Amino acid sequence: MAKRSLGRTVLPTALTYVGLAIGLVFAVFPILWMFFASLKSNTEIFALPPQLLPKRFTIVAYLSIFNDPTKIRFFFNSYLVAGTVAILTVFIAILAAYAFSRFSFRLKNALNVFIISTQTVPPITLLIPYFGMVVAFRIFDTYFALILTYLVFTLPYAILLMTGYLNTLPRELDEAVLVDGGTSWSALWRVIVPLSVPGIVATAVYTFLLAWNEFLFALTLTKSIDMRTVPIGIELLMGQHAFEWNEMMAMSVLGSLPLLLIYLFAQRYFLAGMTAGSVKA
Amino acid sequence: MTLAQEHPIGRPTKIRKRGLLSYQTKMRLLPLAYVTPATSRFALLVLYPMVAVLRYSLLDRAITKKDAAFVGLENYQTTFSDPVFWQAAGHTLYFTVMSVIFHLLIGLAFALMLNSERINPTIRSVLRVLYILPWLFTAVIIAIIWRLLLDPEGVINGVLMSLHIVDFKVEWFSSPRTALHALTFVNIWAGYPLYMVSLLAGLQGIPRDLYDAASIDGAHAFQKFRHVTIPQLTPIMISIALLDFIWTMQVFALVWMTTGGGPIYITETLSTYTYKLAFSRYQFSLASASAVCILILSMSMTYFYIKHQKAR
Repeated sequence: MAKRSLGRTVLPTALTYVGLAIGLVFAVFPILWMFFASLKSNTEIFALPPQLLPKRFTIVAYLSIFNDPTKIRFFFNSYLVAGTVAILTVFIAILAAYAFSRFSFRLKNALNVFIISTQTVPPITLLIPYFGMVVAFRIFDTYFALILTYLVFTLPYAILLMTGYLNTLPRELDEAVLVDGGTSWSALWRVIVPLSVPGIVATAVYTFLLAWNEFLFALTLTKSIDMRTVPIGIELLMGQHAFEWNEMMAMSVLGSLPLLLIYLFAQRYFLAGMTAGSVKA
Repeated sequence: MTLAQEHPIGRPTKIRKRGLLSYQTKMRLLPLAYVTPATSRFALLVLYPMVAVLRYSLLDRAITKKDAAFVGLENYQTTFSDPVFWQAAGHTLYFTVMSVIFHLLIGLAFALMLNSERINPTIRSVLRVLYILPWLFTAVIIAIIWRLLLDPEGVINGVLMSLHIVDFKVEWFSSPRTALHALTFVNIWAGYPLYMVSLLAGLQGIPRDLYDAASIDGAHAFQKFRHVTIPQLTPIMISIALLDFIWTMQVFALVWMTTGGGPIYITETLSTYTYKLAFSRYQFSLASASAVCILILSMSMTYFYIKHQKAR
């Protein structure tokens, strides 16, 4: 009996724990390495034998970023662009989601399919005409160029997320406003929006992160160092002083901070956005 | 994915006539007014650019020349006769197929382990948080983390050499023999959590009755996995794999920041090939032809994705 339970439960349990431990190293080691490398001196990063923890913790990499106005500007740009994109996206998405959730209209299904398929349009295909457009509109190398073009990949998600959320709210609530003689506009803003705060937060969070992470458009549609965002800043740092690894790691830690904070404190919202594209609403 | 149920709101109890438009006309126009801010953005940012890129691809020296001449399919002929284009297509296919397969396998393995009842629930929820971490980082940061780890002097070589698995400092990203595999590995590391999260949600949604019924029929663990778990997860797996395939095919930032398409053209993908044509060589017409090819590939995959979503 003892032998049987050993084979049946102890061994599979032990194997599962071993598998989970291997998975943990695979998933987390590279991230820990980045984090601790940002606290090492540049010579210690390549010390042999390799050691995860720094022998001497130092924040010199972080100090050199905070003392460099150019690098501070990368962060300012990223927060400004991602924040503006999030606000604009949420506003436009709420209106569209309201129509999708509460009305039936011609072209609704076609529009639905169109929005879903927009998620898969290759950015590189859009980039070439965007470059032409941005130059023609005279917004090359401005925040507007990024804010405008980022809407193309934030809006489809946001509309799908918000529509999914509005569909969970009982229609009696906003119908009551209409029965009382109110307009659909006031039903939207006085009843639906206040009830959708969790959905709005999820949408805003996810949109912010998409914009924060964007690389290709930021690389191509801006040019001057003052307009660059964090991902491009890291790319430039890589090109300029290829050997300042601790500074690049510190920049990466700071560049991941908004994501990590949101993830740790608002996991629910984060996961909602993450799976919105692939799981049936 | 359906956006909404069909329920006309506020069925008119009495026909009110106010202003110029009848109530019905107003109710027809109202939803259109709400979607206009979104659709006008899409027209400007999706429809117009698609037409424009198609037009560029049929012109001689689009963007750089003022009155570029119409040259028909010449740019496509030039693109298709470029061996680097086909190499890039081959690398993209290898990179994408390997990524999707390993994302699925690793995502499924992690989801199954996390869902296992053998594991302490606290450990389970902590690990779930930690396993998602790679997915949080943006491609540029993933690229430089792995450039540090896979540096010839870096920790991976250090560990492999002390274990005598390799006996020299492998230049993972700059040796033609390893660059594409290293790149694919990094992408596998970065992409499995989406599968894990979705499959975990899928696993938790499988009704217990199915397993109980299987037990009554005398099924052992592997049979339950094969005949209950897998069929229940298949729709989720197909839809994520299709989306992942489309997105991975379009990879740019990770390649750009690790190998830049090199050494020589060993890791060139369709996106980096197109980008270089457009923004290093200013051959916008050729780049557009190549971009249209990527668009057609993506859209044909999207067709299957949408068909699959509607069937679910």
